[in-house]
Amino acid sequence: MSGLAINDITKNFGDFAAVDNVSLSVPHGTFVCLLGPSGCGKTTLLRMIAGLEEPTGGAIVLDGDNITAVPTHKRNLGMVFQSLALFPHLSVGENIAYALRIRGRAKEEQRKRVEELLALIHLPGFADRPVAKLSGGQRQRVAIARALALSPKLFLLDEPLSALDAKLREDMQVELRQLQQRLGITTVVVTHDQREAMTMADLVVVMGKGKILQAAPPIEIYRKPADAFVADFIGITNLLPIEADSAGRVTVLGTTVPGLALPAGMDKASLSIRPEDVSITAPREGALVGTVSFVRDLGGTIETFVEAGGTTIIAVATPRERPNVSVGQSVGVVLPPESCVVLKQ
Amino acid sequence: MIALRRLYFALVALFLAAPLIVVAGVSINEKQELTFPPRGFSLSWYGQIFADPEWRLALIHSVTLAVCSAAIAVAIALPLAWFLWRRIAPWANIFQVLGLAPFILPPVITALGFLTFWATVGLFGQFFTAIISHAIFFVTLPLVTLSLGFASIDRSLVEAAATMGADDRTVLKTVVLPLILPYLVSGYAFAFVLSLNEYIVAYMTIGFTTETLPIKIFNALRYGYTPTMASVSIFFVAVAALVFGAIARFGDIRRLLGAMGSDGN
Amino acid sequence: MRREAPKTITDYTPLFFPGLMLVVFFVVPFSTMIVVSFFKRDPAGFYTPDFVIDNYARFLSVFFGSVLGFSLMLAVMVAICCVAIAFPFTYLLSRCSRRVQTLWLVGLLSVLSLSEVIIGFAWSTLFSRTAGITNLFVAMGLMEGPVALLPSFWAVLTGMVYQALPYTILVLYPALVRLDPTLLEAARTLGASPLRAFFNVVTPALRNTIVATLIMVFVFALGSYLLPQILGRPQHWTLSVLITDQAIYQSNMPFAAAMAVFLVLISLALVGMTLLVGRKENAL
Repeated sequence: MSGLAINDITKNFGDFAAVDNVSLSVPHGTFVCLLGPSGCGKTTLLRMIAGLEEPTGGAIVLDGDNITAVPTHKRNLGMVFQSLALFPHLSVGENIAYALRIRGRAKEEQRKRVEELLALIHLPGFADRPVAKLSGGQRQRVAIARALALSPKLFLLDEPLSALDAKLREDMQVELRQLQQRLGITTVVVTHDQREAMTMADLVVVMGKGKILQAAPPIEIYRKPADAFVADFIGITNLLPIEADSAGRVTVLGTTVPGLALPAGMDKASLSIRPEDVSITAPREGALVGTVSFVRDLGGTIETFVEAGGTTIIAVATPRERPNVSVGQSVGVVLPPESCVVLKQ
Repeated sequence: MIALRRLYFALVALFLAAPLIVVAGVSINEKQELTFPPRGFSLSWYGQIFADPEWRLALIHSVTLAVCSAAIAVAIALPLAWFLWRRIAPWANIFQVLGLAPFILPPVITALGFLTFWATVGLFGQFFTAIISHAIFFVTLPLVTLSLGFASIDRSLVEAAATMGADDRTVLKTVVLPLILPYLVSGYAFAFVLSLNEYIVAYMTIGFTTETLPIKIFNALRYGYTPTMASVSIFFVAVAALVFGAIARFGDIRRLLGAMGSDGN
Repeated sequence: MRREAPKTITDYTPLFFPGLMLVVFFVVPFSTMIVVSFFKRDPAGFYTPDFVIDNYARFLSVFFGSVLGFSLMLAVMVAICCVAIAFPFTYLLSRCSRRVQTLWLVGLLSVLSLSEVIIGFAWSTLFSRTAGITNLFVAMGLMEGPVALLPSFWAVLTGMVYQALPYTILVLYPALVRLDPTLLEAARTLGASPLRAFFNVVTPALRNTIVATLIMVFVFALGSYLLPQILGRPQHWTLSVLITDQAIYQSNMPFAAAMAVFLVLISLALVGMTLLVGRKENAL
């Protein structure tokens, strides 16, 4: 298979399994985001793909070749580090040409490639500047260009945008995704920012405690989270307890909601529903009854917080469908069955 | 790569340890002879350090010198480092340079400076002149550790104490000094160990009238051999290792040696 | 806490004691030495006040020139040997676990604090005929009989490298331990082997540190005064030895002082260069 395959990879630090028997298949040209809270093993996994950490067990296969034992410098990959790791003693051009230089490529070829790459990252004419004189965004681009100098098979990025301010980060996410699509390069990015993952990835891999919890396209992760942790980590969700009685009627927080069903053999579960799927009405049959506790009107969206059955349910509406409720008002909360995801507890 | 590193470490360790191993071996010779591997086994040469009146006197001189001079060095360095941290006074940096200079210049220069000075004022040969000379010579060490220590104090701690009503003096006593204590202790320890081992300054100030241990060893070296020299050497290595080991155990020796930036990260 | 400029005289109180001590016992002795370097020698006592430049004029002799030349050459060799050994060592050390680093640092400090007398004695024992390293070679069958390896130039050089090596490592340590490890990883992802990355990333990135360390070790080695006496022959004596010899045994304090002033000038020029190099590095 062309692409990257991770087969049963494990990494132990002493007794602690940082990455625990992880398998993942990444087709050629895919943009993958490894997403998870800090300490979930995503960076360790990336470093093992780069050869910077040695796996305790398992194999890493790139385009059909097992590269597990290949040292980093022979893997032909490009990597952008969180610190960027630009060589302080080299100019922008020399940084970008480093991979070519140590392979003994001709000066002329180096110069041409540097120019191409500088054009690619929208910094033409920057070759002779010292890296210390660059702005944060410019350093970012130079680090990306340096990693791409040899047109590597694999492009790895470890929290590449974390040092940038919010506005610049969003611009760079779009730019990075467009660049990757133009080059068609297999790319793995580590991030803890779910918005970043949603913006860029073909495949989002949510990790927790050293394991992959779900690997799927972003919208699927959002609409069909595999478990409560993923549902909660990706975007905002309402997690509600759900029960089925012997007759098969399903109740949420004590209210029977028609149209919902639990998988066979299960009488208790969690229900995840996104705030934008929840609607607020007057109290009526089939709707949960609750009291409005807070309304956050952000102009573009209106968030309504409803206390129902001891928990808070959040509903998000656009100004056009503004619910027009006030704090203290008794309301009905409608959970459309087609938007509810039932998750094992 | 790892094998290569091990080999390299082993070679450096061997180079650093080899002379000490030989000296340790020599020090347990049974008879008064310079042979290695040692013939027989005896710890009597270690006893000699304390039993022989000449060696014992030299030991007492050395310890007195180190204890007192390190204390004076700290007494000079502490207010200076505190002032430099607390106040903006660029010209006061000249004192910092003065504090660093004796240690950076070749020691023979500082030693000769003291010799001419004490000779000129007519106090040449008095024991206390060596104490003061050592205090000045080694003031660099507590000055460096204390400056590091002050730099690592988060200034907002002082502000917090001030908002709770502490004045400058109270802040110093209740916040700054407790935080600086480990650096003060290690500064003292560094100065103590180096003073114990110092030869040339001690020699040029009181060498004609008093013997410290290093002077005694050198004199013994010139006038014939005794295994006590070896046992004293090993004794010194042990004291140094003990003191620095204690600093490492109770403090962060890596930080003291500059492993973190002055901002404490 | 805001740092403030001192306003009242009380704000200066902390400076009184340190200032007084440093001025009286460092600036004054130092100045005394400079003044004495222009005095005339008094064979009976220390010196007689005068203003002569004879002491400096003696620098022009062949003897002094050869001692100076030898001292500088020896210090340069020591500096180069030490940095060549210490730089890769310190680099490897900085990549070790904290525990290993701490152990080494304790050991290095212990050796560094060793009296020059003890170092001299230890190496003279190691190089001696009766207790020396050659006995080991004999036991291994490499040599016929034990020999004394001193006094010799190589013994002096070895002893001085031994003395300066822990110092070199400790001077290099902060720069290497703070070096961003991802620089090296980046070089490796770009195709450089670890050895190659060491030579074309770590070494050039720390170029200025290396130069500054060479100078620091050079000055440190210039100060060695006992090892050349214990391990070498009189022709291996350095300027520091000569100063001690003139001051103590020849009772020629003015000449010793003049040589010391000269040594200060060399050292100061070099330390100044170090600071300049350091400033350039910080400016980047």
